[in-house]
Amino acid sequence: MNAIIEIDGVHKTYQTGDVQVHAVRGISLRIERGEFVAIMGASGSGKSTLMNILGCLDRPTSGRYLLDDIDVSDLDRDELAEIRNEKIGFVFQGFNLLSRTSALENIELPTLYSSKTISAEEQRRRALEALELVGLKDRADHQPNQLSGGQQQRVAIARALVNEPRLLLADEPTGNLDTQTSIEVMGIFQKLNAQGITIVMVTHELDIASYTKRNVIMRDGQIVTDKLVADRLNAEKELSELREAQKAIKLS
Amino acid sequence: MMRFLATIRIALRALRRNKLRTFLTMLGMIIGVTAVIAMVSIGNGAKSQVEGQIASLGQNVLSVFPGSLSSGGARGGWGSASTLTPDEAELIAREVPGVVGVSGEVRDRQQVMANGLNWNTMIQGESPDYLSIRAWGLSEGAMFSETDVRSAAKVAVIGKTVADQLFAGNDPVGETIRIRNIPFKIVGVLTSKGVSFFGSDQDDTVIIPNTSAMRRVTGRQYLSAILIQASAPKEMARIQTEIATLLQQRRSGREPDFTVRSQLELAEAATATSRTMTALLGGIACVSLLVGGIGIMNIMLVSVTERTREIGIRMAVGAKGKDILLQFLIEAVTLSVIGGVIGIVLGVGISKLLATKMNWPALTSVTSILVAFVFSAAVGIFFGFYPARKASSLDPIEALRYE
Ligand SMILES: Nc1ncnc2c1ncn2[C@@H]1O[C@H](COP(=O)(O)OP(=O)(O)OP(=O)(O)O)[C@@H](O)[C@H]1O
Ligand SMILES: [Mg+2]
Repeated sequence: MNAIIEIDGVHKTYQTGDVQVHAVRGISLRIERGEFVAIMGASGSGKSTLMNILGCLDRPTSGRYLLDDIDVSDLDRDELAEIRNEKIGFVFQGFNLLSRTSALENIELPTLYSSKTISAEEQRRRALEALELVGLKDRADHQPNQLSGGQQQRVAIARALVNEPRLLLADEPTGNLDTQTSIEVMGIFQKLNAQGITIVMVTHELDIASYTKRNVIMRDGQIVTDKLVADRLNAEKELSELREAQKAIKLS
Repeated sequence: MMRFLATIRIALRALRRNKLRTFLTMLGMIIGVTAVIAMVSIGNGAKSQVEGQIASLGQNVLSVFPGSLSSGGARGGWGSASTLTPDEAELIAREVPGVVGVSGEVRDRQQVMANGLNWNTMIQGESPDYLSIRAWGLSEGAMFSETDVRSAAKVAVIGKTVADQLFAGNDPVGETIRIRNIPFKIVGVLTSKGVSFFGSDQDDTVIIPNTSAMRRVTGRQYLSAILIQASAPKEMARIQTEIATLLQQRRSGREPDFTVRSQLELAEAATATSRTMTALLGGIACVSLLVGGIGIMNIMLVSVTERTREIGIRMAVGAKGKDILLQFLIEAVTLSVIGGVIGIVLGVGISKLLATKMNWPALTSVTSILVAFVFSAAVGIFFGFYPARKASSLDPIEALRYE
């Protein structure tokens, strides 16, 4: 079986007025099915730019991108929309939930635009299932402004999962969360990865990256390090240890 | 199909979310469509009323009035000069081919009495042809005869209003009515004809032989008018000139002191006026529909800008251009169609109200309702398309970055 992601010499240049920003400078990367990759790097190193290209939201200025053996660079707008809907779940750096819309309806959104016909009951059932997976079943009717940052992040993850994608892309999914909530999110990711979903995520934090299987480090639009994680952390275990420690503080 | 229904639901929810704005946007359409419906039915109502009144004047009627408008303007107006004689009425009946009825007319306002009651009414001296000329029927009794005219008999046929005022429901036939204290025997009661084209109550009248009117009531030797009925509309122009020639011959060399008018001229003028009015009203109404449409376009453009992020999110999770296009188009069409339907209801209501107030038949045609409905949907599509296109052609990543 081939790699799920294969990019070759990808460049991305932004043109703002007279200034050219070369955000991604010739990246080649191969990610196999079932991998769990963390992309790291300083702010402005091009991580989000790369993620947007991987998520078929943006097109590279040059270079080739094969997603699931499909050459994405040849596809038109509507075909890209279909790919985003069916193959990819995307968790944005800033949640990007629809305001004044309930958590459940936010999660249903991708099923609405599915090319397969999904009945309203089936949409609801799937959304509830995804919500349960991220542990927010009791917040189904809450709107984003009635949820905490961590809860919003989990709704965003549930939305990315609702169409059962093969690939989950997450841009700083723990960026705004405290340690415990971050580990909880990593727990969800580890569970999904164990089920066979390929995950690529961006993070700033080294300890978060050590829950993944492979770390890619970027600098100035290029990959400088690409290594497997030696001693991988288990989120379940870390969480229970954290809870023990909290209990101890309370008791003393 | 599922996707289409879902898109409709999304669009409706967006409209519900901003109720005041939705209402204000619709208001433009509501006013526009209300105006169209009301204006068109007012125009139609007025037109049909004018047509009815013209028809109530009788069929193929020509009238000769004393006085002339042919030179120097309205020299004292019609009826001021006293030149038309009963002889001339007879002459027209005898000499002009194609004339099927002639009535020399004398008009005078008088106080009448009956049953100890008083009433001021129009006394009309006419010939027996008068009723057929005016296409007027009798509800009771009979018209006086040619013999009554020759003998200047004291007989009368009274209008509905006079009958109601003086006899209050009782049968007036055989009773006596006093005109200037002269007793006239009532031989018939006319059917109701309602308000005339000129705004007077046509049923407020007492018709007596014209000879009796001249000799016993007015004492004048001249007629107020001569009414002539032609056998067919196409004869009217010829008869009009022949009457003019005939009367002018009798006035050897003098300036004409009479006017021959044809009912056709009146009808044409009236229809032309009401047609202009309907077109004018319709035009005004269409302008307000256009303004309503521009209002929708304006709000939709604002809405697209405001919701750029939402559009970006939808596209990011797989919405295609046509999904977004449809969503905004449905919003625009919903605005215009609901506005249109409210406008139709209001418009029908207003024209019904005006119709009762003005005594017009309410003429809201089904066609104008259908046209208004289709038109408002079309306004939605036309003015909603550009904003919707704009929304659907946004770049997902740019839209997501939009602040
Ligand atoms: N739309 C844009 N137009 C112009 N320049 C852009 C645009 N988006 C990103 N850039 C530039 O591209 C470079 C890479 O940006 P990118 O968002 O990929 O960084 P990042 O690694 O995700 O940073 P962070 O960790 O802060 O999220 C930056 O220098 C940024 O200024
Ligand atoms: Mg970033």
